[in-house]
Amino acid sequence: MMRIFATLFSLVFLTIPAQAEVKIEEVISPGGIKAWLVQEPSIPFMALEIRFRGGASLDAPDKRGAIYLMTGLLEEGTGDLDSRGFAKEVEGLAASFGYDTGDDAARISGRFLTENRDEAVELLRRSLLEPSFNQPDIDRVREQVLSGLRSDAQDPNNIARLEWDSKTYGDHPYGSAFKGTVESVEALTRDDIVAAHSAVFAKDRIYVGAVGDITPEELGPMLDKLLGDLPDTGAAMPVQADLQIEGGLHVTEFDTPQSVAIFGHSGIDQDDPDFFAARILNQVLGAGGFESRLTTEVREKRGLTYGVYSYLASQDLAATVQGQVASANDRIGQAIEVIKDEWAKAASEGITQKELDAAKTYVTGAYPLNFSGNGQIARIMVGMQMLGLPIDYIATRNEKVEAVTLEDTNRVAAYLLKPDNLMFVVVGKPEGLSAN
Amino acid sequence: MTKARAFLFAAATALTPVTVKAADDQVTTFSLDNGMQVVVVEDHRAPVVQHMVWYRAGSADEEPGASGAAHFLEHLLFKATDKLESGEFSAVVAANGGNDNAFTSYDYTAYFQRVAADRLELMMRMESDRMRNIRLTEQDILTERDVIIEERNQRTENNPRSLFGEQMSAAQYLNHGYGIPIIGWMHEMETLDLENTMAYYDRFYHPNNAVLVVTGDVTPGNVRELAETYYGVIPADPEKRTYERTQEPPQRAERRVIYRDARVAQPYVQRSYSAPERDPGSQEKAAALTILAEVLGGGTTSYLAEKLQFDTQKAVYAGSFYRGTSRDDTSFDVLVVPSPGVSLEEAETLMDETLAQFIEDGVDAEQLARIKQQLKAAQIYARDNVDSIGNRYGQAMSTGLSVQDVQDWPNILQAVTGDDVIEAARAVMNKRASVTGWLMRDEEVTQ
Repeated sequence: MMRIFATLFSLVFLTIPAQAEVKIEEVISPGGIKAWLVQEPSIPFMALEIRFRGGASLDAPDKRGAIYLMTGLLEEGTGDLDSRGFAKEVEGLAASFGYDTGDDAARISGRFLTENRDEAVELLRRSLLEPSFNQPDIDRVREQVLSGLRSDAQDPNNIARLEWDSKTYGDHPYGSAFKGTVESVEALTRDDIVAAHSAVFAKDRIYVGAVGDITPEELGPMLDKLLGDLPDTGAAMPVQADLQIEGGLHVTEFDTPQSVAIFGHSGIDQDDPDFFAARILNQVLGAGGFESRLTTEVREKRGLTYGVYSYLASQDLAATVQGQVASANDRIGQAIEVIKDEWAKAASEGITQKELDAAKTYVTGAYPLNFSGNGQIARIMVGMQMLGLPIDYIATRNEKVEAVTLEDTNRVAAYLLKPDNLMFVVVGKPEGLSAN
Repeated sequence: MTKARAFLFAAATALTPVTVKAADDQVTTFSLDNGMQVVVVEDHRAPVVQHMVWYRAGSADEEPGASGAAHFLEHLLFKATDKLESGEFSAVVAANGGNDNAFTSYDYTAYFQRVAADRLELMMRMESDRMRNIRLTEQDILTERDVIIEERNQRTENNPRSLFGEQMSAAQYLNHGYGIPIIGWMHEMETLDLENTMAYYDRFYHPNNAVLVVTGDVTPGNVRELAETYYGVIPADPEKRTYERTQEPPQRAERRVIYRDARVAQPYVQRSYSAPERDPGSQEKAAALTILAEVLGGGTTSYLAEKLQFDTQKAVYAGSFYRGTSRDDTSFDVLVVPSPGVSLEEAETLMDETLAQFIEDGVDAEQLARIKQQLKAAQIYARDNVDSIGNRYGQAMSTGLSVQDVQDWPNILQAVTGDDVIEAARAVMNKRASVTGWLMRDEEVTQ
């Protein structure tokens, strides 16, 4: 019976999954702002995604956390509207705005109904270009940030993240938390917040994605109105990080029942010709889902963890391969040994043809699943632009995956995976593990 | 409290299935002859489908001493069946470019796959297979039990807020399964075995105890045809047995929880009031409580935020929560995270004073109008995410609500008045039927 069933399944494998049909058009506003647009008039609203390259890595020296705090203050009032006044206006329009920052970009997102789009865009513009940054609001939001930082300091996942980053990136912005430290955030002044604002938001670093009930003719003027008054340029872009990973095991003692480990070493840039081979390799080695070697060996066969995974952390200013696992203090040592073995095995032997084929089917088949929902499509389009991908990339991407050969993946495995340089940072009270 | 305290496995019906087309024309519902309910939510913008099966059984339906069995079984459904090897289910989904997973709650357990629309039949073939045909080994039990123990370590043991929440629920429910964590108590999880897991499976995994929810690029006709082929052939559970959960007695004494943990960085005070849930055909009280949670503590413009975060600045955060979609009595929660220098005692006093003042002041008409405007817009935004519409139906229908209840809900919310909200607040904020908890640093340990 099993065999018959399996045959039925394999028949189904043969058909190629449906391709995503996403019709992207490029729009250049009269004022020269470029955007990618997908028209989707069936629901009367639109999603807008705007990113400013640089993000929190543009923090001035000794002002770590200024950009994170500044971003959090954008919704705290503009002109005659105070925090609550602004929030009431947004609620009244049933719009929602997002203000966020990360290592490589600051992000502004909006979702608004067609029926009151002009009012919503004007409100978003005022918050982005004319924030009040009133001292009482700065102090109040600062307390929220400090509260979060104190919690982070007691969270083993965050402690591990900070340890790994500082050991890997040293003094580079990636080496510290973009939320800042209690000390740095306490010292921030209103002038620092104003300076952070002009460092981040400028026309020379904007990427825009728009999806929904709007035409190109409407989008151009809307973007000019929203973003046209931004300064031409902001702070100089940060430099590439100089990776300092030498491997080894580092333990940070923290009294908790389950140890958390982050591991990794140098990685591969997204524009590297070998990137897709590396992507497939990682799919087999440790990407999410139940099929990877790490999940099979650490979780399914041995029950050592609820979750183990690896990923290509290919950021603007550094590329690493990283992974994470959590196991009870008396079992983390065993989990780490299994991960090391799998890393070494993949580096020396590569993957098999069967694994390659399965990974390709997954990676190509799962791609169209990403394009659901206006906001999600807008986010993907902005990510594509930041990577410098062509506008027809979506239609050609799976061909690039299909073109990867076993020779490619195993050649890449041999140089990308470096068992001797694999650094583990462990937080907890691991038994039988000591730093070396 | 649910009107019918027990739920009956629906018997197979000989009546012609009635197709109800929702006012929102994306949604179609019908039943199979064996009693399995089906919900279809159409969205033809992308060739993607989400296929879900919801069982009307969760952790609150476990036998005493076997806490965690519902969730453990959810993990074990990814092992072997008559037709599939252990792990093959997810491997086939992945090999077809799909993602799959499952989740367990107090009232339900659900399994889902997101995949290209032309793979729906394959998903149904596999999902219907594991409804009745799992084949577990002792080794599966031993290894996967270690996995769920690590899951508990990760979610709960390593997180003082989770441990505190667990204690709060345990104090809230003296005699109902909601007082026991979904993932289980550690000492009972360690003893889960083949016998108690299979007992749960045999009792609850039947088509007449399940809801099929398919969302995305599908037509109701096609879904019906496939569902009849794969799920329709599974016999209904013939026993028509009644399963009765033990219920809470009336709460007559205020309860307090003080949880200390060296890992607590940010202490806070939480109040949990016993509250009614959405009942079939009678959702008005729950609607008023849903609006109350928004008016009182739903964000920057809410009453608690205004008084405690802005006016007095005694709190870093203040909010309220209510989850009305529940089979039995639920809770209405208020949370205050004090500013530095404000003690938990002071925070609790401020909480009580602010709640009393709210009832005195009444609901701001403009605020209520804004909330209703947002609820209306939410129905437009929801059309962009049919999976979330499907989830809403699945959740409601596996906690005893009908399709009609789900479709009436937006209008019932719109009909709530300021007086209804205050009346609901008065009724729910009964300190005798509450638990007050303090999450604190462990003073004996210095970092």
